[in-house]
Amino acid sequence: MPPDTEAVAEQVFTALADPTRRAILAALASGGPATATDLAGRLPVTRQAIAKHLALVAEAGLVMPEPGERRRVRYRLCSVPMQVAQQFLAALARDWDTPLGALTDHLDRHA
Amino acid sequence: MGFPDRIERTVEIAHPPEKVWAALTTAEGLGAWFGDEATIDLRPGGAAQMRWTAEGFTAEMRVERVEEPRVFGFTWPVYGLPEDDPRRTYVEFTLEPAGAGTRLTVVESGFAQLPEDVYHKAYDGNTEGWAKELGELAAYLDAA
Repeated sequence: MPPDTEAVAEQVFTALADPTRRAILAALASGGPATATDLAGRLPVTRQAIAKHLALVAEAGLVMPEPGERRRVRYRLCSVPMQVAQQFLAALARDWDTPLGALTDHLDRHA
Repeated sequence: MGFPDRIERTVEIAHPPEKVWAALTTAEGLGAWFGDEATIDLRPGGAAQMRWTAEGFTAEMRVERVEEPRVFGFTWPVYGLPEDDPRRTYVEFTLEPAGAGTRLTVVESGFAQLPEDVYHKAYDGNTEGWAKELGELAAYLDAA
């Protein structure tokens, strides 16, 4: 079975629903790759808790550990699942009702 | 399956298909109701551009189907994805005469297509090629 878009998007939304994981992903997005220790210095969360969350989001394919010595492993954000989630949001954000209303008004005005 | 691949709307318009067609397929028409400015080369493969001046946003479209005055289709990028992302959604307007007016249906599809990297991650060798071909076939059939 190919990984379906729904499953990928769901992983992203599940991760984003948790405030700590959201903070971790936001920190990686804004500051680039970081170790659990780096993140513990920036977020009000223990290093252990961050390491646990990082393992979970890495398992889900949302972040990727870079090769390195165990405690110095840096994690980087994976853009592909985020883009899949964004496609989902793009469908929800696509508004055809407003332009179709504008089309009708335009034609009525210029009849 | 809850991932919305396809968005569909139908509206009844109190004007004949020829008028609706002009509003959908001319730069003047598109610029009046859809974007703020538009250009269009109305032939399959032709380029079209829609600009929203207040938002400073421009959409680059490619005309795909022109069957006056019944079917007009184009593709455009998925909003929010990086500019170099190859994924595009397909928008098709279908115009049917309805009394003295027009029943206009718009279908936008392709929101659930997979980015290629996901395939590359999940497949090796031949299965990867198949997944890609099947994806293209599905996209083609969706669009047809």
